[in-house]
Order: sequence, then structure tokens, then C-alpha cells
Amino acid sequence: QVQLVVPMAVVFGPGSVPGDLPRPLPFRDVQEMEISVNCERPPCLSLPRPLLMGGLADAALHPLQDTTLGSLTVYVVPETSSLLPQGINVYVGKHRSALVRAVGSLAALQARLREVTQVMSFTAASIAAALSDRVPDGRLSPDARRDLKSSLGYEITFSLLNPDPKSHTVDWDIEGAVNRYVKPVLDKLSLVANFSVDSQILYYAVLGVTPRYDKESSSFLLSAHSLPHVINPVEARLGSSAASLYPVLNFLLYVPERSHSPLYIQDKDGAPVSTNAFHSPRWGGIMVYNVEAPASPQASFPLHVDVDMARVMEVFLAQLRLLFGLSREEVPPEFLLEGPGNEGLADWELDHLLWAHTVENIATVSTTLTSLAQLLDKIGNIVIKDDVASEVYRAVASVQSAVTKLSLGHLHAAFQASKEAVTSSERAFFDPSLLHLLYFPDDQKFAIYIPLFLPMAVPILLSLAKIVRETRMRKKEPTKMD
Amino acid sequence: MSFGVEDQAEQFFRSGHTNNWAVLVCTSRFWFNYRHVANTLSVYRSVKRLGIPDSHIVLMLADDMACNPRNPKPATVFSHKNMELNVYGDDVEVDYRSYEVTVENFLRVLTGRIPPSTPRSKRLLSDDRSNILIYMTGHGGNGFLKFQDSEEITNVELADAFEQMWQKRRYNELLFIIDTCQGASMYERFYSPNIMALASSQVGEDSLSHQPDLGIGVHLMDRYTFYVLEFLEEIHPASQTNMNDLFQVCPKSLCVSTPGHRTDLFQRDPQKVLITDFFGSVRKVEMTTETLSLDRDVAGFESKFPEEELATEPLKYAEQLPVAQIIHQKPKQKDWHPPGGFILGLWALIIMVFFKTYGIKHMKHVF
Repeated sequence: QVQLVVPMAVVFGPGSVPGDLPRPLPFRDVQEMEISVNCERPPCLSLPRPLLMGGLADAALHPLQDTTLGSLTVYVVPETSSLLPQGINVYVGKHRSALVRAVGSLAALQARLREVTQVMSFTAASIAAALSDRVPDGRLSPDARRDLKSSLGYEITFSLLNPDPKSHTVDWDIEGAVNRYVKPVLDKLSLVANFSVDSQILYYAVLGVTPRYDKESSSFLLSAHSLPHVINPVEARLGSSAASLYPVLNFLLYVPERSHSPLYIQDKDGAPVSTNAFHSPRWGGIMVYNVEAPASPQASFPLHVDVDMARVMEVFLAQLRLLFGLSREEVPPEFLLEGPGNEGLADWELDHLLWAHTVENIATVSTTLTSLAQLLDKIGNIVIKDDVASEVYRAVASVQSAVTKLSLGHLHAAFQASKEAVTSSERAFFDPSLLHLLYFPDDQKFAIYIPLFLPMAVPILLSLAKIVRETRMRKKEPTKMD
Repeated sequence: MSFGVEDQAEQFFRSGHTNNWAVLVCTSRFWFNYRHVANTLSVYRSVKRLGIPDSHIVLMLADDMACNPRNPKPATVFSHKNMELNVYGDDVEVDYRSYEVTVENFLRVLTGRIPPSTPRSKRLLSDDRSNILIYMTGHGGNGFLKFQDSEEITNVELADAFEQMWQKRRYNELLFIIDTCQGASMYERFYSPNIMALASSQVGEDSLSHQPDLGIGVHLMDRYTFYVLEFLEEIHPASQTNMNDLFQVCPKSLCVSTPGHRTDLFQRDPQKVLITDFFGSVRKVEMTTETLSLDRDVAGFESKFPEEELATEPLKYAEQLPVAQIIHQKPKQKDWHPPGGFILGLWALIIMVFFKTYGIKHMKHVF
């Protein structure tokens, strides 16, 4: 049983207090929603979500404050207020606060606040997706879990593919772009994991698919169903760091050959994709960068191309967000979300990630430790080294602390504890000494020693039988002797 | 071959995997087992052709064919007679070669219990959305497979290894193909979900080799793998052939042995499973429709978490080794020896019984 708590403070502006609010203010209300994710074997998680409401009858709107990870502040404005544009009932800022238009009754307000929590923290679906590999098959669709798995670190590789160096000399200021655009985003995500960034340029790397020429637009088109085959021939040349075991995210920038320019990507309906880019879950993304044809036909080849890194990074960072599962598409229409700007993601989106990763880590640790226990039960004479034992103890202590902290609403501490728990449990489970090959099953020992000892045992058993017979006869004899 | 784009999209999302791995093992060594190496290398070529990159293939070979002194064509391994196809080629990447192909290493690769110093290319870094193809060939018997003439792996150990993989969700679906004598016995004991298995012969039958080449002097391929490869030659990355067709490959008339398969542990219907789900690497893609709007006039960035410049001395040699781990290890017991007292006690018992039975007077004849 894991409890997830979102501490939420509600501030009422003047004229926005619903009529049926119980007096006296301030008061605390705890709303629980129990969502059980059914699973076959323990641990099953059911998630009550208490929402704490502290009401303030003060007039002034407090300035937006930076609140701690995981908590939310909601400001309720009067129904007729012009702070929110027409038709918009909720405005979500890029920190951890939201402006909500007041409604008449407390129950309706609570419903709206519940919606806000769902957008800004987690939904039952997002938690279930984080647990998708523990849920028995058949309950979730096969593509339920396409986001990156929670890991201690990720390697990001930016690659420039130039299949036609004779026509294009491509210069990209990747270091500058990484420092200006990518580092802020990774800095924000540094709470979630460690990131390492590298870049490379690959020459004569072609996509595996020949694009089709389209007369109407006089351009080349890559259709949607040929895209999955694009990645494979390139991947063989991409490489990865030999030393680290972290998942690699590849972002490829492809400058098409002169003979295949301009190249556009078509989606399923045949319309060209505006970003000219596509991504593959858990792998990375590819963007096609078209170079304009030279103005004069006598232009000397190779053409010098200076890549507009800002445009490229806009797409790559958007792909990075999508790979992590931070999509803004499923927000109800009456919500208005503030853009995250150069930081790449809003504070509450970071919370989103942390909630999902914490829950996933806790589930991983519990299944790992359970299966380790099962393995040790099955092979009775396995030797547990001291350090393996200490890792197991540490994992158990960390996961218990993570669960307690989650139920108190301390998201940051819970996440750190869950990370430690995962590290320890993986180290214990994957310790090289636990290979069951090194421990012989009993029937193998039997099979080796029986042919050795059985023939040897035959005369011994016969002799023993003879001794027993003699002793018995001797016992009978004294009665005969005189 | 015309099919609607909608259907394609549906196909993509049915299997649920995002990456493919292959573990190809040839368990024999020595010149006369040429055909096993040729089998494995041919499967390796097909799998690479269909898209799985070397970084996702773990190839375990004894690798003593190409440079064997008995090889009349050095640096080649042929799979068809008349030396049509050199499957060794220029870019074969063998991850475990020669004496590294042991049962222990194979199980370590599968379960992931690898020493930390192992490089990335020797690891199976699969996750819960990986489809893995495992191909094994060599000499086998009822319930075991011989590794390099010195050890065996039993079907129980293999089933346990797969269960360990399942516990840690190291695969989404697994296809196990084995081409040895009595191969069906190796998949009898599997009990983890999402495994499909194919074997070249049933228990009690031998798998036969295909054709000798008189120039090289050995048999070049095994029948089952030969016909599987002919079947795979017609598969290209976009083909829609399903597993039922693979089950029909090599009927008894061609193969002499009866190939078998096992699908009861597999969740999906084999009719709906594409060959490229395991042999190829077809990725799911999504169009990127969102962009982030970045402020272009951003000067240099100062990290919120400046890296602390700690004045560290370079570590002394002893501190760089995991000494704490080494000295706390209990000694690794490689072989189980019965305690010495047991043998002594046994012999004492034998001698005592012997002399009790036949009389102490025989002692002087012995000593």
C-alpha cells in the first residue's frame, strides 16, 4: 500500500469564496481518492490522494512563491475576474501554482481542484503506466509504456549526418548550442538523473530509405511507413560510450544530399510535418535540415552551411520532453498552460516526472527483492557475501523510508530514497556471485557419487549382513552349550 | 505488396517492443564442427541484414574455423557448397570467442550477473520492451547441450535462466531456436511467459547436416538452419510474414528429422507475430508535432548547481581497487568436494568390516 500525498494550499481572492464554505476559516479538508491498480501478486498499490486545503480569506493575492517539490498552490479568483481570458477557467503557471476561476459551490470547486491536481501532479493512468511492467499482461495495451524507464543516468548524443560532403560543408556550433540551450534543461532535470552529453559528425551516413520525388511540391518526401526503417542502418554507426551502461538518447540532424533536397517528412495523412522531425520511443529523434538550393547555378561546391542551432534545439528539446513523457496534449481545453521558456519544462512537469519515477522505483525494488528472495529459497546452498547482504538491508531501509516520505508529501526526499533503494537492490540482485550454476543441485551430486560408491558398498553390505547373522547365531549357541 | 498505412500502424503497435536483441551461440569447437560455426554466422548475417546492429547482437563463437590451419581458404567460412557465400566477411564482430564460450558466461550474459569490468559489447542490455532472439547450435542430447566438449548446460538451467530474466523483466518476448540433436528436449522445461521455441528435431531424433563440400572437406551447414536461412532470404525489413510460416520450414521430407515448436507460453497468436518482430529491428516512430520555443538571446548559462572544485589528490593505487569487496568475500567454492573426514571414515569402515568378517589373522598378509 503506497500513499501519494500532494500538499496543496488554496488561496481565495476577494469575492471568490464559495457560498457553502464551512465557517470558521481557515479549515483543512482532506480529500481521498483511492485508485487501486490491480495486480496479480504483491505489492499492489492503491493510491489515496489527500488534498489539504487551507483557506485564507485575505484580499491580496500573494506573489507567486517557490514552493517545495511536490506541493501546489492554487489561487482562486472571482468568477467574473478578467485575470483569466474568456473561456479559460484555469491558468497553470510555470512554477507550482495555478489560477482557478471560482465556482458557486464547494463541491464544484473541489472537482475543479481535483482536475488541477491531475494535470499538475499525476493521474491514475500515469501511475499505472509507470507500473506497467508489474501489471499482468492483457490489462494494458502493448504501447502503454513508451516513456523512458527510470534510470540513474542518461547519455545524450547529438549526431550530425552528412551523406554528401562533396556538396555541403556543414558547420554546427554544437558546443555553443549545448551551453546555451541544452544545459538549462538538463540542469533542471539534474534532480531526476545524471546526464552526459556528447556529439559527433558522421560522413557518408545515408538513411536506409530512398525518398520519393513529388512533382506537385517539387520536393522529396519520406512517407510515414518508411520511417521505421530509416533508423537501423544509421544506428550501426552511431556508437556509444563503452564504459557507461546508461540508456543512450540519440538526436540526429540529417542534412539531405543535394540530389534529394529538399526533403520533407509526411505523416500518416500525407501532410508534411511542420518540424520535419520524428522520434522513436526510448531511442531518440531525427530531424531533417534542408539546405536551400544555391542562388546561382554556378555556385561552387561544396556549399558552406551554417546550421541554425536555435531552430534545431527547439525541436530536439521538444523531442527530449516527449521521450520523457511530458506531453501537453492531454490537457482539458479550459486550461491554459504557461510556456516553460528556456528551462524546457515547468516545475510541475518536473514533479510529474518525479512522481512517476518514484513510484516506478519503489515497484522495481519490491519485485527485485522478492525475486531475489525466491531465488535464494530455491537454491538452498547459495553463499551470500557480506556486501550483498548489506546492500539488501540498505535497499529495504531505503524503500521503507521512500514509502513513508511519499505518504507525508515530501517528494524530493522520497525520490532520493527510492533512487538509493534501486541502486542497492540492483547491486544485490546482479552480483556476479549469485550465479546458480556454481551450486550443484542434489540430483547431480547423487548422479556423480552413486556409481562410485555403490559397487564399493556391495561387499560392505554383504559383510555387515554376515556379521549380523553370526552375532545372532552366537546368541543362540549358549543355550546349546553345556 | 500493397497494404494500407492504417494497417501498418496497427501492426506496429501490436507487438509492444521497442528494440531487438539477438544472442547467437555456437557451442562447438574443432574443425569437424565447421557446420555449427557456419550455422551461427549465417543467422548472424540475416539478422544484421534485417536491421539489428552489432551493438545489439551478442555473438559467441569458438572462432577457430577461419584461421584454422586445415582451412583451405583462410579467413573465410562458407555456408553453401561451391563456396558461394562467405559468411565470415569483413565486419563480423564476435563478442565471446574461443575459450570464453562457456556455460557460465552464457548464463551470465542472459541473467545479467556480469562482473563490473565487462565492456558494453559483451552485455545483454535489454529491458522490458526488448524482443530477444536466442539461437543455439552444437551437439546436444536429451535434456542437455554440450559446450565445447568439456561441459554441458541442462534444460533445467536454461529454463531457470529464462525465469531470472523474466523476474527482472529483461525481455518482452523471447524466441528460442535450437539446432542440435534432440533439440526439442531443451525447451521442454521452460515455464516463463512470452517464450516461443523452435527446435530442429524431436527427442530421440538426430539433426542431420546438409551438404559436404569436397573442396573444404567438411559438412558446411545443418539441414534445419539451411532451410531456415533460405526462408529468411525472402524476408526484408517490411515483410509481413508471420511465425506460422516459420513453423512450416523444413518438413520431414527435407530435414529427415521432425522440427518442433512450442507456443503455449506465448501470449500472442503466432499468426500475428511477424518474423521481423524477432529477426529484424523495426522501430515505432512518432511524428514530432510540438516544439519548444526558445529565447534566442540567451547569454552564457550559469548552472544552478555549480560543480564543486574539490581539491582531490590522485588516489593511491590501493584505493582504486575494490579492496573492501575483495577481503569480505567468502572464498568462491568452485567444486564441491566432500569433506576429507568422510572419505577417511568410509575407508575405515570398509577395512574394519573386512577384517571383522574374515578374521584378524589376515592382517599379517596385508602388512
